[in-house]
Amino acid sequence: MEQLTTIGINHYLTISAILFALGLYAVMTRKNAIVVLMGVELILNAANINFLAFSHYNGGMEGVMFSLFVIVLAAAEAAVALAIIINIYKIFKSVDVSSIDSMKE
Amino acid sequence: MGNSLNAWSDALAGFQPAGLPLGLLIIAAIPLVFIALYALTYGVYGERKISAFMQDRLGPMEVGKWGILQTLADILKLLQKEDIVPTSADKFLFVIGPGVLFVGSFLAFAVLPFSPAFIGANLNVGLFFAIGIVALEVVGILAAGWGSNNKWSLYGAVRSVAQIVSYEIPAAIALLCGAMMAGTLDMQQINILQSGTYGFAHFFLFQSPIAWLPFLIYFIASLAEVNRAPFDIPEAESELVAGYFTEYSGMKFAVIFLAEYGSMFMVSAIISIVFLGGWNSPLPNIGPIALNDMTTGPVWGAFWIISKGFFFIFVQMWLRWTLPRLRVDQLMYVCWKVLTPFAFVSFVLTAIWEIYVP
Amino acid sequence: MSNPTYTAIFYLFAAITVFSAAFVVFSRNVIYSAFSLLFTFFGIAALYVFLSADFIAVTQVVVYVGGILVLLLFGVMFTNNIMDTDLKTDVLHAIPGTFLFLGILAALLFTFYTTNGWMPSDTQLQGSVVERIGFETMSRYVLPFEMASILLLAALIGAAFLARYDNGGTNEH
Repeated sequence: MEQLTTIGINHYLTISAILFALGLYAVMTRKNAIVVLMGVELILNAANINFLAFSHYNGGMEGVMFSLFVIVLAAAEAAVALAIIINIYKIFKSVDVSSIDSMKE
Repeated sequence: MGNSLNAWSDALAGFQPAGLPLGLLIIAAIPLVFIALYALTYGVYGERKISAFMQDRLGPMEVGKWGILQTLADILKLLQKEDIVPTSADKFLFVIGPGVLFVGSFLAFAVLPFSPAFIGANLNVGLFFAIGIVALEVVGILAAGWGSNNKWSLYGAVRSVAQIVSYEIPAAIALLCGAMMAGTLDMQQINILQSGTYGFAHFFLFQSPIAWLPFLIYFIASLAEVNRAPFDIPEAESELVAGYFTEYSGMKFAVIFLAEYGSMFMVSAIISIVFLGGWNSPLPNIGPIALNDMTTGPVWGAFWIISKGFFFIFVQMWLRWTLPRLRVDQLMYVCWKVLTPFAFVSFVLTAIWEIYVP
Repeated sequence: MSNPTYTAIFYLFAAITVFSAAFVVFSRNVIYSAFSLLFTFFGIAALYVFLSADFIAVTQVVVYVGGILVLLLFGVMFTNNIMDTDLKTDVLHAIPGTFLFLGILAALLFTFYTTNGWMPSDTQLQGSVVERIGFETMSRYVLPFEMASILLLAALIGAAFLARYDNGGTNEH
C-alpha cells in the first residue's frame, strides 16, 4: 500500500516500460507504415519519461536537456519519415510495409 | 498595488469545505462564465450591431427594444434545435471534435491574468503555454472536419489547420520579442514589469521603437489563427458552405461557437498583455492629479484588461467589414514570405536593442 | 509526496496515457489510432509536469500535438482514399509480436524493480526549470543546440524536397 500511495521513481519507470513495449508491438505487427511511425513515437516518449524521471530524482539537468533534444529529433524524424511514406504511396499506391518489396518500379 | 498579487485566486484555492477542492472548481468556472457571457452579449449582439452600423444598416431590431433580446431568442433556438448526427458521419470523431476544440480554447484561459489579484494558474511558462495549447484546437478541428464525412467540412478543416499551423510561427516569434523585453514567460510578471506612474509610457509598445513591428505581426497572425477576416478562407461561405462546422447543429454548434469566441478574446488578451500592459492603467499621473493611482487595483485591473481585449475584438470586427478575403496562395505568401522574415528581423533588432540600449 | 489529491491525479493521467497508448496500438482503425495518440501525448505532458519539467511539458504539447500529430493525421489523410472513413489495417506476426511485447515488458519491469541502485538524491529538481534550461542551453549544451538547429534545417529541406510534386524533375516519375 505504501508503494501505491507514494509516487516514486518506480511508477514512472513502469509507465515508460509499458509505453516502450506497446510501441515495439506496433512496430513489429502493424502493416500500415503510419502506425509503425506512431509506435516509434511511443518508444521515444517512453525514453523521454525515463530521462525526466531520473533527472528529477537525481537533481541534475542532464536528463531535461537530453529530453529537449529528443523532442527536436523526433520532430525531424517524423517530417522525413512522412515525406518518405508519401513518396512510397505515390509509387506503390499503398503504405502496407509488408507488400512493398520491389526495389525498382 | 493595494492588495497583494494573486490574493483572490490564492484565497479561492484555499477554500476547501469538507476537504473537497471546491475553490479550484470556482476558479475554473470563472473564465467559463466569462466566455459565455461575453460571447452571448458582445459576440452575438455586439457583432451583429457593429457590422450593421458599419454597413449603414440597423441590424436586429425586432426582439425587444433595439433588438436587445435577440441573444435570448438565439439561445432558445439553439437549445430546442434537434441535435443531428449525420448517418454516414464517424460518430465518435463527430462528437469529440467540438469537445477537444473547446477544451483547447478554454485551457488557455488558465494562464490569463484577469486582474492583479486573479489568475487561474500562475505558471512560470504561462505565455508559452497560452500559445502552445492552440495545438489542441488544431486536432479538434481536424476531428470535426474528418468526422463529418463531408468534403466541404474536410476542405475547411484542412485549410484551417494549414493556416493555424503556419501562422503560429510568426505569432510565436513576435511574442518572443515581447518575452525578450520582459525577460520572463510568467504572465503576471510581464504585467508587473509594465506598471508605473506614467501609465501607457511603461507599456512595451512604447518602450522601444522596434516593438511596433512584432505588435503588428502578432496582430495580423492572430487574425489568421482565429480564422477571422481577411483570413477567413476556412469558412469562406461562397466557396465552402461553412467550413469544418457545416454539419453541426444545436448544442454542438454552440460549443464550436463558444470556442471560436473564446480564442478571439484570448488572442486579444495576449496582445494586450504582452504589448499594452494587460491590467495596467494607461492613464498617467499628471502632477497632483494621480490618475494612475486612482485607476489601479484588482477591480480596475479586470476592467482594463477586459476593455483592452474588447477593443481588439472591435478592431477584428472592423477589419471584417473593411478588407476582402485573401486567396489560399496569397495567405501562404503573406505568412511565409512577408510575416516570418519580418518577425525574424524584429527578433534580431529587439535583441540588439535590449542588449545595447539601456 | 503522499497528498491523496496529488496521488489521484497522478493515477488518472497515468491511466489516460497507458490506455490511450494501448488503443493506439491495438485499434484496427488508423484514424482512431492517430486521435488516440493525442490523449497519450497529453497524458505524457501531464506526467512531465509531475516531474517538475514544466517547460518540457509545454514543448511536448507544442511539438508532438501541434507538429507531429498533425503531420501524422495529414499523412493518414493523404495515403488513403479521402472519403473512406473506415480505414482498417491488418496485423502481421501477431503471436511473435505478443511474445516480444510480454517479454520486453517483463524484462524491463524485472530490471527496474530488482535494481536497488535507484537512490534518489537529496537534492531533487524543485519548482520550475525554465531559467536553468536557458542557462544550460547557452553554456554547456551550446554545441548540441546548434547541431540540433542545423539538423532541423536539413530535415526541413529534405522533407520538402522529398514530398513535393515532381514537375518532370530529376526524381523518378
